[in-house]
Amino acid sequence: MSDLFVAQRTLSLRRLLARLAPHKLLLTLVAPALALLFAALISAIVLVGSGASPLFTYRSMLEFGLKPDQIVNTVNQATTYYLAAIAVAIGFRMNLFNIGVDGQYRLAALLSAFVGGAVHLPAPLHVALIVVVAVTVGAAWASIAGILKVFRGVNEVISTIMLNAIATALGAYLLTTYFSVSVAGSNNIGTKPIGASGRIGGIAFPGTDNRVFGLVFLAVLVGVGFHFLVNRSRFGFDLRATGLSASAAVASGVSVRRMVLLTMAISGGLAGLIGMPQLLGSSYSYSLDFPAGLGFAGIGIALLGRNNPVGIAFGALLFGFLDQSSQILDLNGIPKEIVLIMQGTIVLSVVVAYEIVRRVRIRQQQSAVGTDLATPTEPQEAAA
Amino acid sequence: MIGITKRFPGVVANSDINITVRRGDVHAIVGENGAGKSTLMKILYGMQKPDEGTIKIQDKQMSFSSPADAIAAGIGMVHQHFMLADNLTVLENVILGSEPTRAGRLNFAEARQRINGISKAYGLDVDPDDLVEHLGVGDRQRVEIIKVLYRGASILILDEPTAVLVPQEVDELFNNLRLMREEGQTIIFISHKLDEVLSLADAITVIRRGTTVATVQPGQVSARDLAQLMVGSELPVPELRESTVTDQVELQVQGLTVLSADGRTVIDDVSFAIHRGEIVGIAGVEGNGQAELVEALMGIRPAEAGRIVLAGQDVTALSTRARREAGIAFIPEDRHRQGLLLESPLWENRILGHQTRPPNTVGLFIDRSGARRDTERIVKDYDVRTPSIDVPASALSGGNQQKLIVGREMSDDPSLLVAAHPTRGVDVGAQAAIWDNLRTARAQGLAVLLISADLDELIGMSDRLKVLLRGRLVADADPRTVTPEDLGSAMTGAASEVGP
Repeated sequence: MSDLFVAQRTLSLRRLLARLAPHKLLLTLVAPALALLFAALISAIVLVGSGASPLFTYRSMLEFGLKPDQIVNTVNQATTYYLAAIAVAIGFRMNLFNIGVDGQYRLAALLSAFVGGAVHLPAPLHVALIVVVAVTVGAAWASIAGILKVFRGVNEVISTIMLNAIATALGAYLLTTYFSVSVAGSNNIGTKPIGASGRIGGIAFPGTDNRVFGLVFLAVLVGVGFHFLVNRSRFGFDLRATGLSASAAVASGVSVRRMVLLTMAISGGLAGLIGMPQLLGSSYSYSLDFPAGLGFAGIGIALLGRNNPVGIAFGALLFGFLDQSSQILDLNGIPKEIVLIMQGTIVLSVVVAYEIVRRVRIRQQQSAVGTDLATPTEPQEAAA
Repeated sequence: MIGITKRFPGVVANSDINITVRRGDVHAIVGENGAGKSTLMKILYGMQKPDEGTIKIQDKQMSFSSPADAIAAGIGMVHQHFMLADNLTVLENVILGSEPTRAGRLNFAEARQRINGISKAYGLDVDPDDLVEHLGVGDRQRVEIIKVLYRGASILILDEPTAVLVPQEVDELFNNLRLMREEGQTIIFISHKLDEVLSLADAITVIRRGTTVATVQPGQVSARDLAQLMVGSELPVPELRESTVTDQVELQVQGLTVLSADGRTVIDDVSFAIHRGEIVGIAGVEGNGQAELVEALMGIRPAEAGRIVLAGQDVTALSTRARREAGIAFIPEDRHRQGLLLESPLWENRILGHQTRPPNTVGLFIDRSGARRDTERIVKDYDVRTPSIDVPASALSGGNQQKLIVGREMSDDPSLLVAAHPTRGVDVGAQAAIWDNLRTARAQGLAVLLISADLDELIGMSDRLKVLLRGRLVADADPRTVTPEDLGSAMTGAASEVGP
């Protein structure tokens, strides 16, 4: 009996090792590392071209970025980025391109801020109401593109881009005409601030007065939920199957129209969450200076993280860090737009690196299977 | 071509192939699906490099690293799947990639003249100004041939050119090819249809399991001899023993009509029934509605009219998933397109098509350990040769992929199996195993709709045969008495009654 036990244990151990085969893990990590190095090299060339020292630039970014203040800012920025990238990634897993995360998030933030400012409720209900409004608005706005695709055959890339423009105009109109109260001491306008019961306190961090968004945990929760939904649920299997081969998914009984409608709505609902950490954690009101373009950063980060919740976390932190640490550059007379070039080259080179790794791996697996099977069948072949 | 060897990971696709083609001949290359014909032609056309061996043209040794090299050496290829731009005219398609210019501008006049010249010389009747999207299949093939001739090819490779044609179009094509032969063109003609080969070719080379087994003259051999050569002597024979047909109707199809995407009727008022324990074979030249019939039965393509009744339950309005849950299993004709997620591991492919049922799922969630355990069972019971169930499906050979699909579809106790070309492109061993599985399942009461291009398989494995021609069931045949020749002529519409 103990023999059997040992045999079983070695078997499961071997399976575990096979999954974590060193060359496999190595490839996964080496590829993005090399891509980052490559991006740093390209940026260095650009820096030299614009008359700055790359070494000095990188060192001052690192020093500034690792100050407690900036670490907190980085984490806060990354929280927002993370939610944006997850919203994009769920669509990417089935080759559905929700380019409209930006519009969905801003419309959701505006309307939920308005509702949040208009009511007074006990704390948990108040927060829940705001979040539910945001998710609903985001999902509804994204569903327009889903419905257009399923029933009218409109490409979702085009419709979501158009809907972004409409969301911008609609948001500005609603804000200026119906929702605004003037913000004291500035010419900014925003919605009526959300009362104390609708706010989420921050988390203190040693060495700075800046506070980490309380809703950083929301991002963690969304990441875990994403993992279970995509990898462990039936819905996730259908989603991935559709992304890998739509024809095989259809033959297996997946209704692609239903998947498009559902996934678009889920993606939009997640987009609705993007504004929550800032709205409930620091600004309490939606105003004209709410950040735009988060949806597009999300696309890059989702690519960087390979639509994988852990990968996206690294990508979001990296982009957040680059954003925050670049604040020092202008003071040193270096254009901080260099960071945009870096982010762009990182995404491009990482995507290329992943594709190379993917091809190498397919070839490795095929030849591994080939050699594994060739040995025992060889004598038969010779005899035949 | 001398001693050509090509290895792919895990398989030797071609080994020690020797073919000599004389100038001005129509040289046929025949072999079973998966025997290595296409690989060989890809090597000759420069799409793949041989691992060993040489290619000589008129005693000059050649080394092609791309199709461009092959074209420069006068070799042209007409692919099985046409590669034409639908929204361009015939003229534009032909010159695409080798546009004649004068002073930097396209010289349409010269191109039109040359195309008309080629058309006339070989009887390839096409209007250069027609849009390709308006052309039928036969016309498109002529455009492909003109395209190749336009580039100055003197050796034409035609990869299964008749697979998509109806009989009249085949006759036309053969007339064109005969004219080309008279003009001194060399034609290499790949096929597995022996009658065609015997009527057209000057020499025939047989390929079996990746190697050349014989080169014969058409006058000296019969179709039967060729078939023997193609498959070798120790063949598995498709045959059914005692009848297991019951009187319970499992599938009843009544007046089924299906339209194609552009509104043509591709299945026209088709009715038939399959009993429990019965295999009904559908014979027909490819492209006569088989794919559409299968998709309509599976709920992938909507039925325009008619009813599909499974064990007394009308399933016409049900989704694909609901039909699968009701007990329909499906072996698709193209396993890469419809049967597998190539990049996913085997155990995830076990789930595909059975996403809603145990052992794959618990409630709304995937049961990983259940799916993995059951994949191990399939791998063992159906002899899927793989080192583990964690390798992606793409790493397996075609036969093993197919065995996995068969094993998967036989799970969950199906009552009806829709099997489209279940042994296409698999090796002889896998073929025998799949036939065995079908026989066993039939004995246990499974109703099977079998669609195949392999007439021996159809005749050997069916309890009843029906002939599908241009979307209609035009004839019935008794597999115990019908010969492949009779069936073949019924498939082309030559005879409406089959058998004695």
